[in-house]
Amino acid sequence: MKRKIPMILLNAALSICAIIAITPILWMIAASFMVPGEASTFPPPFLPSRPSLEHYTVLIERLQIGRYFMNSFIISSAVTLISLLFNSMAGFAFAKYRFPGRDKLFRLLLGFMIIPAQVNMLPLFMMLKSFGLVNSYIGAIIPGLASVFGIFLMRQFIKAVPDSLIEAARMDGASDLRVYWSVMLPLCRPILFTLALFTFMGTWNDFMWPLIIMSDSARYTLPVAIANLMGEHALDLELMMAGSVITILPVFLLFLAFQRQYVRGIMVGGVKE
Amino acid sequence: MVSRKKDTLMAQTEKRQNHTQHIAAAWIFLAPAMAAIAVFFVVPVISAVVMSFTDFDIYALGNLSYVRFVGFSNYIRIFETPLFWTALKNTFYFVLVGGPLSVAVSLGMALMVSSKLAKFKPFFRTVYFLPVVTNLVAVSVVWRYLYHPAHGLLNLALSWVGITPIDWLGNPFAAMPAIIVMAVWKNFGYNMLIFIAGLQNIPDDLYEASHIDGANAWQQFIHVTLPMLTPTTVFVVMMTIIGYFQLFAEPYVMTQGGPMNSTMSIVLMMYEQGFRWWNMGFAAAIAFVLFAVILFFTLIQMAIQRRTEG
Repeated sequence: MKRKIPMILLNAALSICAIIAITPILWMIAASFMVPGEASTFPPPFLPSRPSLEHYTVLIERLQIGRYFMNSFIISSAVTLISLLFNSMAGFAFAKYRFPGRDKLFRLLLGFMIIPAQVNMLPLFMMLKSFGLVNSYIGAIIPGLASVFGIFLMRQFIKAVPDSLIEAARMDGASDLRVYWSVMLPLCRPILFTLALFTFMGTWNDFMWPLIIMSDSARYTLPVAIANLMGEHALDLELMMAGSVITILPVFLLFLAFQRQYVRGIMVGGVKE
Repeated sequence: MVSRKKDTLMAQTEKRQNHTQHIAAAWIFLAPAMAAIAVFFVVPVISAVVMSFTDFDIYALGNLSYVRFVGFSNYIRIFETPLFWTALKNTFYFVLVGGPLSVAVSLGMALMVSSKLAKFKPFFRTVYFLPVVTNLVAVSVVWRYLYHPAHGLLNLALSWVGITPIDWLGNPFAAMPAIIVMAVWKNFGYNMLIFIAGLQNIPDDLYEASHIDGANAWQQFIHVTLPMLTPTTVFVVMMTIIGYFQLFAEPYVMTQGGPMNSTMSIVLMMYEQGFRWWNMGFAAAIAFVLFAVILFFTLIQMAIQRRTEG
């Protein structure tokens, strides 16, 4: 009985925090279905009086949001596939091979993590400009080709795979490449999936680099397009909410569908042992 | 005898060959990732050092022969630019107020969700995590409207407790707090999960022992939970601070650095100098000042970490 009051208080506090956490998201969704001007009345309504798809139609038909969606999708998918391959190969080498300078090289890579990305953006832009890669998908993909975080995650996972499995495959005459492709990768499926989620969501949400490298509006990614739309349509609140919904939705659904795999990535990458 | 010796020699040669092959295979696996990092990260970072000592500007962009070395004059100019000091001050404001606030909220929520008394834990965990997986640009757009002085949801909620409307993003004293509140909302779920994992690693018998010693909940928190969580906390604080020093999208979308430059951050200033006005030498120097600041904080954190680990 003594515990009853603290229990009610705690769960009430948790509920209030949940409402605070979710309200901006719910309100964004509700406002995206309101007719023009409705969300800008006072007090702001929580639900649309006459739900309308008008803003989504305008975004798709007049403002070409489908194109930005595709740009984001192509860049995020390409970065995910390529970096998964590169990072898993490097992680395999760091975990299961012995070569001179291995630990030094790995420590050096980890050290790179404290260099903010902004430091390399100016020369990287100049470099890609001289290759003619400004406004290209390749230019947007390049900084994501390999990542220290990804290599680290793969190495941690592969280290825990018993050497006997590799030895057994070698006895059967499997080459190094075969061991990697047919033994290691299938065993790594869970961590590959987690890393794929992280990479796809991270690239989808990236803002500063696509803002810099894509100056032609036809090549904008969704976040860049939304930021740009804000300049012209700041007064069309409901339209901007619909654009925000479209930008957030794919990543949101991915998270809700694969929450467990996503959270595992935070644990592996985040918890210090 | 002879044949035996030959055998071992052959075995040795074979072993050495295997060893060489082994190293070669390792480098084949490493090559793509290392090449990508070397060419598209290390080379640009080194070039940025060189760039920061040149007068690289819009003319040099057209013709590289216009570039001249100017020694430390970009760095001197930075420290003579009042806007830089404003940006530095704002960034420190965001990091030193927003960072600890974020970590404290994350820890508080982790403690609440981990409590034995909490119901529907997975549900609450998911809801608290949702802001993390939203898109920063999109939520900056949404919060711009939530902060609207006349018909924003926040001022409506505040009016229920008798607070008069505030022009959050239009008032130079309210704009940075507004950005901090949004950043805390967006980010607390991530560190909360790391803290929950850290809490799970604390053995139950430590709590039982302190309970037998007559410790109350607060004393348990101070003498058991916090010390046991220190490695996690140091890690979380470090990652949060590094991330928060790179404040960019929020002011870019919500305030463009205004009002009266009250939300101008170092990275926003670097972006404007480098990619709007093409003063790339100057912008590279700004980027290195940012790096130096982050490095300084990281070294402090590492020193603390070393001390707490013994």
